Amino acid sequence: MPEQNASSLCARRRRPADRVLLILIDLCAAFSVLLLSGILLYVLLRGWGSVSLRFLTSVTSVLRGTVGIAGNVVNTVMIVLMTMLLATPVGVGAAIYLNEYAKPGRLVRLIEFATETLSGIPSILFGLFGMMFFGQTLHLGYSLLTGSLTLVLMVLPLITRNTQEALKTVPSSYRQGAVGLGAGKWHTIRTILLPSAMPGIITGVILAIGRIVGESAALLFTAGSAKALPKSLAGLLPKALQSGGTMTVQLYLSATSEGDFDTAFGIAVVLLALVLLINLGTKRLAARFDVTRKR
Amino acid sequence: MKHRARKNAAEAAAKRVFAFCGVVAVLAVCSITVYMLAKGMPAFAGVGVSELLFGTRWRPTAQEPSYGIFYIILSSVVGTAASVLLGVPVALLTAVFLTEVSGKTLAAVVQPAVELLAAIPSVIYGLLGLMLLNPLMYRLEKALFAGSETHQFTGGANMLSAVLVLAIMILPTVVNVSAASLRAVPNELRAASLALGASKVQTIFKVTIPAARSGILTGVVLGIGRALGEAMAINMVAGGSVNLPLPFHSVRFLTTQLVSEMGYAEGMHRQVLFSVGLVLYLFIMLVNLVLQKLRKEAERHA
Repeated sequence: MPEQNASSLCARRRRPADRVLLILIDLCAAFSVLLLSGILLYVLLRGWGSVSLRFLTSVTSVLRGTVGIAGNVVNTVMIVLMTMLLATPVGVGAAIYLNEYAKPGRLVRLIEFATETLSGIPSILFGLFGMMFFGQTLHLGYSLLTGSLTLVLMVLPLITRNTQEALKTVPSSYRQGAVGLGAGKWHTIRTILLPSAMPGIITGVILAIGRIVGESAALLFTAGSAKALPKSLAGLLPKALQSGGTMTVQLYLSATSEGDFDTAFGIAVVLLALVLLINLGTKRLAARFDVTRKR
Repeated sequence: MKHRARKNAAEAAAKRVFAFCGVVAVLAVCSITVYMLAKGMPAFAGVGVSELLFGTRWRPTAQEPSYGIFYIILSSVVGTAASVLLGVPVALLTAVFLTEVSGKTLAAVVQPAVELLAAIPSVIYGLLGLMLLNPLMYRLEKALFAGSETHQFTGGANMLSAVLVLAIMILPTVVNVSAASLRAVPNELRAASLALGASKVQTIFKVTIPAARSGILTGVVLGIGRALGEAMAINMVAGGSVNLPLPFHSVRFLTTQLVSEMGYAEGMHRQVLFSVGLVLYLFIMLVNLVLQKLRKEAERHA
C-alpha cells in the first residue's frame, strides 16, 4: 500500500484541523454502530417479554383472552411463497434474456431502463398501483394474491440484477465449451449457466424475501389487515383470495390505531430476528460465491 | 432429424419465454405510468390545477371541501432536503472511515452495522421514533414554547422527528454507494497527493472525495429518492395535520397522506389522493432520470 510508505513523511506535520476531521470521521462511524446496538437492545428489552410460543401460535382474541400473531405469521409466509414463486422465474428469465440472448440495442436499453425505474419506485406507489390494478381492475380485492402480485413487481429488479451479476461471473469458456460439444443455447443455460449462477440467484431470492418480510406500505392497501387463522390446512388455498395482514402491517396497526405496544414490540423482536438471519444467510452465500470465483 | 427439429423448437420457445420475462419489467413500468396518469389527472380537472397544487387549505370532508395540497408537497420537499442535508455528511464521513481511515478489524464492525441498519423494516424505525423520539421532542417543545399562546402543541409528533428518522433511514444507502465509489479511486492518486506532501486528511478531502464525486452524488440522489418515498416510518412520527413544514409543526407528506387517508376516502377526496400519488410519482421519475444520467456519466468516465 503506497499510503503506508508515505505516512512517515506526513507524520512530521500534525495539523490540528486534521485531528478534528479524523475525530469527526470516527464519530460518524461510531454513530451507526451505536445506533444499531441501541435499536437491537431497546427492541429486545421491550419486546422479549411478549414473545413466547403462545404468542407465535395463537391469534389475538378478546373472547378467548389470547394475544398472538399466528395469523400474521401465516399471512407473511404465504405472501413470501406466492411472491417468490412468481418473481423468481420471471426475474431470472429476464436476466438470462439480457445476458445470454439479447444483442445490445434498443430493447436491452429499454428493459434495463425499466428495471432501473422499477427499483426506484417507492413501495407506497406500488401499493397504490396494486390496489388500482390488481385489486380493482382485476377484481381481486384486498387479498393475499393482490399483495403478492404487487410485491412481484417490487422485487423483480432485485432478482434480475443479482442473477445478471452472477451470470457475468460465469467464465465465457464454459459457454464456448458447451457450444463446442454441440449443446444448444437452452441446453447450455439449463445445464451449465444456471447451476454456476445458483449462489447469485439464491442471494437475490433471499434479499427479496428480506424485502418482503419488511414491507408494509405496499401491502396496507393490497393485502389488507385481517389476522384470522384459516380453520384447517384446506383453508389455506382459499386464503390466498382473502385479506390478510403480514407481521409488519400488524406491527403498524398495533403501534398506531390499536395502541397495543406489547404486541408491536413482540413483532419487532420476531422481525429483527428474521432480518438478522437473512443478513447472515446472504453473507455466507456471498462468501461461498467468492470462493468459486477465485478457483 | 426428428430430434433436431424438436430441439430447434425448444430453443426457439426458450428464447421467446426469456424475452417475455424481460419485457415484464417494461410492461410494469408502462402500466404503472398509465394508471398513475389516468387516475391522477381527473382531480386536476375537477378541482383546478392551481387550486389543487397551490391551495393551502386541506378540508376534504368539510361541507364545502377544499383540496389544496401545497403544504403537503412543501413538507415532502423540505423534509427530504433537510434529512439529506443532515444524513449525507454523516454518511460520507462513515464511508471515508470504511475505505480510507479504518483498519480491517474496525471496518468489519462498522460495515455489517450499516448493512443491518438498511435491513431493518421501516415500521420498526417508526415504532422506535414513536416511543423514543416523540417524547423527547415533546419535552423540547414544552421548553421552547413555554409561554406561547399561538403554538399548537403536537405531543412531539412533528417535522423534526420525521427528518431525524429519514436521515437515519437514508444513511446506509449513501454510505454504501459512496464507499463503493471511494474504493474505485485509483491508489496512484492518493500516492501522488501524499508524495506532494499533503497530509492523509488533506488527501481524503482534496483528492479522494473529489475523484469519487460522481459516485457520491449518485448516492445522494438515491438517498433523495429513498427519503421522498418513505411512508410508514414517518407516518408514525410526523403527527399528521396538513401544515406549513416548520420543525415543531405536525405535518403531512405526500406518502403519509396516502397511507393515512386512502383507507376511507371517497369521491373527489379519493381522486385527489390519486393526484397526490401522481405528484409523488413525477417527483420520483425526476429523481430516477437524474440518477440514470449520473450513472451514464460515471460509465463514460470509467
